Amino acid sequence: MDHQRRLVLLGPALVLISQAPAAAAPKVHTVRMAKMVFGPAPTGVRVGDVIEWVNADIFQHTATARSGAFDVDLKPGAKARTVLRAAGVVSYYCRYHPGMTGRVVVAA
Amino acid sequence: MHLRIPLAILSAGLLAGAAYAQPARPSDPQIAHIAYTAGQIDIAAAEQALAKSKTPKVRAFAEEMVRDHKAVNVQALALVKKLGVTPQANPTSAALSDEAKAKHAELGRLDGAAFDRAYVANEVAYHATVNGALSGTLIPSAQNAELKDLLGTGLKLFQEHQKHAEHLAGELR
Repeated sequence: MDHQRRLVLLGPALVLISQAPAAAAPKVHTVRMAKMVFGPAPTGVRVGDVIEWVNADIFQHTATARSGAFDVDLKPGAKARTVLRAAGVVSYYCRYHPGMTGRVVVAA
Repeated sequence: MHLRIPLAILSAGLLAGAAYAQPARPSDPQIAHIAYTAGQIDIAAAEQALAKSKTPKVRAFAEEMVRDHKAVNVQALALVKKLGVTPQANPTSAALSDEAKAKHAELGRLDGAAFDRAYVANEVAYHATVNGALSGTLIPSAQNAELKDLLGTGLKLFQEHQKHAEHLAGELR
C-alpha cells in the first residue's frame, strides 16, 4: 500500500524523466553544500530547470540569489528546490557564511 | 588595547610551548581540547550577548555563533569518542579560558550600545586569534586525518565568523 502510494507520488517525476530527450523538459540539478562550501555548480542549465539544494553539512546554510530571485534556509540534512525562471548568470551565497559563493549560467 | 596581553599569552602558549615545559607541537588530545574549548568559549560569549543585547543584528549573529559552534563541538565529541582519544587539558586551553573569563566579566559591566560594540569587537579579535592558532599550529600539528579535516572545516567556519563580525562591527560604529 505504502509502496503503491510512493509510486503514485513518483508518477510526475517518472513522466519528466521519460520525456528528458525532448528539449523543453525541465531538469533537476543538484547543488550540495558540505564542509562550508557549495559543491560544483551544474552545467547545461536552462530556464525552467530546477536546482535542488542539499545541505549535507553540519551547519545551517542558505542558498541566496544576489538578485533576490530565491532565498532558501536549510538546516543540516535539509533540502529544497528553486526554479530558475530567467536566463543569465545567477550568483548565490550563504547569508550566514558569505564567503560561501557559487554561480550558475542559465541558458534561455 | 586591553586584548594585546592575553593574546600574547595565547600565542606564547601555542608557539613556544616549551616555556610551559611541554612539546612545541601539541598532541592530538591537546588539539582536541583546545579546539573544543575555543568553541565553548564562543558559545558562552554568545549566550551572554543573547542575555544582554536587544539589537536584532547582534542577536542574530550570536544565535549563529551558538548554532555553528555547537555543531562543530558535537562533531568533535563524536570524533574523539570514535578515535578513543581523551581530550587533554593544557596551558593553551587554560590561557584561552582565563582570557575568556576576564572578558566575560568586563563585558558584563557594559550595557546597550557599549556592550554591543565591545562584544562584536571581541568577536573579531577572538576569531582572528583562533584562526591564527588553527592555521599556524593546530592544523599543521594534527596527526589524525579526520581530526585535521574537522579542524579545516572549523577554520573555514571561524574565518566566516570573523568576516561576519567585522561587517557587523562596521555597522555598529
